[in-house]
Amino acid sequence: MDHDENMAVDTEEFKSEMLTRYPAKVAKKRKRQIVINQVDAGEQVPEILANSRTIPGILTMRGCSYAGCKGVVLGPTRDILQITHGPIGCGFYSWSTRRNQTRPETPDSPNYMTYAMSTDLQEDEIIFGGEKKLKAAIDEAVALFHPKAIGIFATCPVGLIGDDVHAVAREMEAKYPDINIFGFSCEGYKGVSQSAGHHVANNKVFTDVVGLDDTPKPGKFRFNILGEYNIGGDAFEIERIVAACGITLHSTFSGNSNYQEFISAHTVDLNTVMCHRSINYLAEMMEIKYGIPWFKVNFVGADATAKSLRKIAAFFGDKALMEQTEKVIEAEMVAVRKVRDEVKARCQGKKVMLFVGGSRAHHYQELFDEMGMETIAAGYEFAHRDDYEGRKVLPNILVDADSRNIEELKVEKDPERYKARKSEEEMEKMKTEGFTFNDYRGMMTEMKDKALIIDDLNHYEMEKLIEKYHPDVICAGVKEKYVVQKQGIPLKQLHSYDYMGPYAGFVGAINFYREIDRLVHSKVFKLTKAPWQDSPELTANYGWTN
Amino acid sequence: MLLRHTPEEITERSALTINPAKTCQPIGAMYAALGVHKCLPHSHGSQGCCAYHRSALTRHYKDPIMATTSSFTEGASVFGGQANILEAITNIFALYDPDVIAVHTTCLSEVIGDDLAQIINKAITEGKIPEGKRVLHTNTPSFKGSHVTGYANMTASFVQYFSEKTGAKLDQINLIPSFIEPSDMSEIKHIADEMGIKYVMFPDTSDVVNGPMDGKFRMYPRGGATLEQIKSAGDSTKTLALGRLGASAAAKLLDTKCKVPCEILDLPIGLSGTDTFVDALRLAAGVAVSDSVMLERGQLLDVMLDMNQYTHGKTVSLVGDPDLVLGMAQFCRDVDMKVLHVVSGSAAGPKFDARIKELCGEEVIVKTGANADMFYFHQLIKNHKPDLILGNTYCKYIARDEGIPLIRIGFPIYDRVGHSYFPVVGYRGGLRLLEKVLDIFMDKQDKESPEESFELVM
Repeated sequence: MDHDENMAVDTEEFKSEMLTRYPAKVAKKRKRQIVINQVDAGEQVPEILANSRTIPGILTMRGCSYAGCKGVVLGPTRDILQITHGPIGCGFYSWSTRRNQTRPETPDSPNYMTYAMSTDLQEDEIIFGGEKKLKAAIDEAVALFHPKAIGIFATCPVGLIGDDVHAVAREMEAKYPDINIFGFSCEGYKGVSQSAGHHVANNKVFTDVVGLDDTPKPGKFRFNILGEYNIGGDAFEIERIVAACGITLHSTFSGNSNYQEFISAHTVDLNTVMCHRSINYLAEMMEIKYGIPWFKVNFVGADATAKSLRKIAAFFGDKALMEQTEKVIEAEMVAVRKVRDEVKARCQGKKVMLFVGGSRAHHYQELFDEMGMETIAAGYEFAHRDDYEGRKVLPNILVDADSRNIEELKVEKDPERYKARKSEEEMEKMKTEGFTFNDYRGMMTEMKDKALIIDDLNHYEMEKLIEKYHPDVICAGVKEKYVVQKQGIPLKQLHSYDYMGPYAGFVGAINFYREIDRLVHSKVFKLTKAPWQDSPELTANYGWTN
Repeated sequence: MLLRHTPEEITERSALTINPAKTCQPIGAMYAALGVHKCLPHSHGSQGCCAYHRSALTRHYKDPIMATTSSFTEGASVFGGQANILEAITNIFALYDPDVIAVHTTCLSEVIGDDLAQIINKAITEGKIPEGKRVLHTNTPSFKGSHVTGYANMTASFVQYFSEKTGAKLDQINLIPSFIEPSDMSEIKHIADEMGIKYVMFPDTSDVVNGPMDGKFRMYPRGGATLEQIKSAGDSTKTLALGRLGASAAAKLLDTKCKVPCEILDLPIGLSGTDTFVDALRLAAGVAVSDSVMLERGQLLDVMLDMNQYTHGKTVSLVGDPDLVLGMAQFCRDVDMKVLHVVSGSAAGPKFDARIKELCGEEVIVKTGANADMFYFHQLIKNHKPDLILGNTYCKYIARDEGIPLIRIGFPIYDRVGHSYFPVVGYRGGLRLLEKVLDIFMDKQDKESPEESFELVM
């Protein structure tokens, strides 16, 4: 299907066609979660229903709060020893299955990421409580590993049987005063998706980890990156680039990170946010408590990377730094442009759909734009309205009953360590120069009119989209990958990158251009039909006829 | 070092499991349900389980794994998940139209105590289940047993719900395989086919999770045992359960419920393991062993004999599901390899230990169940290095750290293909396994031998 035909699809008609198959109650809800984009002059976009409970039996892509907390936020940090409190499954499935790479400082530096630790609760412990076993497990973990910090992660049954992971953490910390022990109430049924787990993780990291040590890393222009998990080495590439510019990356939450970087993270002058959904809570709270301003960055896409670097350099306002940054960008862009031009010639005008967790469905549109490819539909599994429509809608978001039990921390200025990094005048001046702090414009504001925005996409709807649009490439996850590829459409995994990468930064952009080019033009898909499927038997030439 | 914190010195652990050699029940139930035609597995719990189980099976098979979930919220977790699953049933039939929904539970719904039999009855009386469609359930608490238990429970539930003794004299054998690959299920059928035996096999995931690419996605691939077949299993002359832990629950239930006598065998891995199976099959069906099966047997034996110098005396460590490692131990014994360690996270009982010792000698170290994990397995290996490790993908960390070759077998295999297309059971599977083992040892010899004794012919 070519470009014009695609645009000929009447999206409104398609939407109602999709809804007809649903039972009335479901249709009513999905109607609000499927939105046809329209961006007005004031960046007003239509309202979408997001972060609401999953419809049972719908075949969702979503996971749970434990996955968001343990799997996503804490998982990538290598020297916080992590114990899953519950039956064996949760610990098993989150064992090295996310590709958050890490690089310990020395061959002897602690790295627990290759270990899955669990209390492996049995029936007796479900009946009589599992706290005793959890304490014993901590004793055994301390004896074997002597970690600096231990995180305990609650799973579904823990909340129901009344085990108190926080009380256990306090008790065990009293027993081992030199170890920081903290618990997470990230039971899988909390909230409606992974998102609740992000919030739970942010809260605990903020109260029990950040701010324990005032030792800054040496170096000038110190900043943090929040919400970068080093999938496929993305953070390594970002580390390389900022080092070349002369900016000091103090800590990353939480790709390629360690405990020391976490506890002293409040000593920087700037927080930058990559994945808004999973970490905006920490950015907000650190600003209130320590006075660290934050803004949104994106290191996915070469142009986006350049833009983000310039923004960081301008924030510090140092002339030499800004010059060095420009030099780095210019040097890196030579190779980027060369490959981009080459693949763009082949990929221009191709159609993409992105349905990824809570941030990549937006970030990766930049990379596709750079290749001349167009995003015709996108959506998140578990993002909130602010990720779709921009943070300006925050005041109007109602927290519904399903998410009400996720704690909102009351944060106040730290009497000793609060320090406004920029005076009010400086901040005002920067804003007039076009700086936006504490803001994220959201995905929809940057997408074309008529693009389909679908929250919590399910299997049925994905099939409908394929049938209607025949996109050239779909980006989603492993559960969708083979469903889509059986139909002859390439699926690029944007959670695991299909075991490739990095895709962030300049090198990442080049990797991605080449990978998409490979996928879209793969010869293998062209072999789908056997030669005899196109030629009816009767006209075939038989070997024995002359 | 990837596992830099694992000490050589083994200390007793009673509470902390590190790097498990098992996972939880529901994934086994999901897999078993995929072995039934036009069946949609349904996970009654919060949706994280279902996402994890689908992802794990998808990574292993590189194929679609479809399953739905009740998507519990906190409210459902307090007041019960009845409303969730009733709504799910309506939505599933409206959107996905399976012939049967196979419900399993998670630790969440088990702790709450949702009564699924009652809920399914309610769905029937309220007309939520369309004409000719079926919903069944099994209880799969994650805090009991392992994924193999879940597979056994779901398989038994199919018997409970569908198998009937109608009195018809069907001249057929029931074959119930443990949690094994679709390729292995195909191979078991192949042997029965070659011997001209009529059989019903369930679960049967062949042509379901190793399906073709032909430009179409089929939500319900052509494979899988039909409900009709499972129903008729109640009229079969005999059941052969292949793998005690994974298959005996359903086989015994067919015995008690429908009076179909059962025999419980090990998985037919290696020559003698396959011999036992073929012999049982022959006697159960009253047929002679076909020439074609004899040919396959003879080919395997021929290679075992020809290449015995390369396998004789080599040492092996095994980790995985009890049914599988028991079969592997038989294979190793047949080719004169010495098994040093056998570890499984699934509890297998004292009979299992005795059987392993009988096969591998008194000095073999066997541990199953609580704390028999990969951390312990690694420690055993540090204390006594084998020439070869047989186990799943997670063994690759140990293999790399210790410089020991690994052959991937069992579940999960996330980093190689082949397991879902080529068997390890039967004579042909034995030949494939033997080829893999020989490749490892002969490649090693090629790599390490001095130049003057680098052999052309081996």
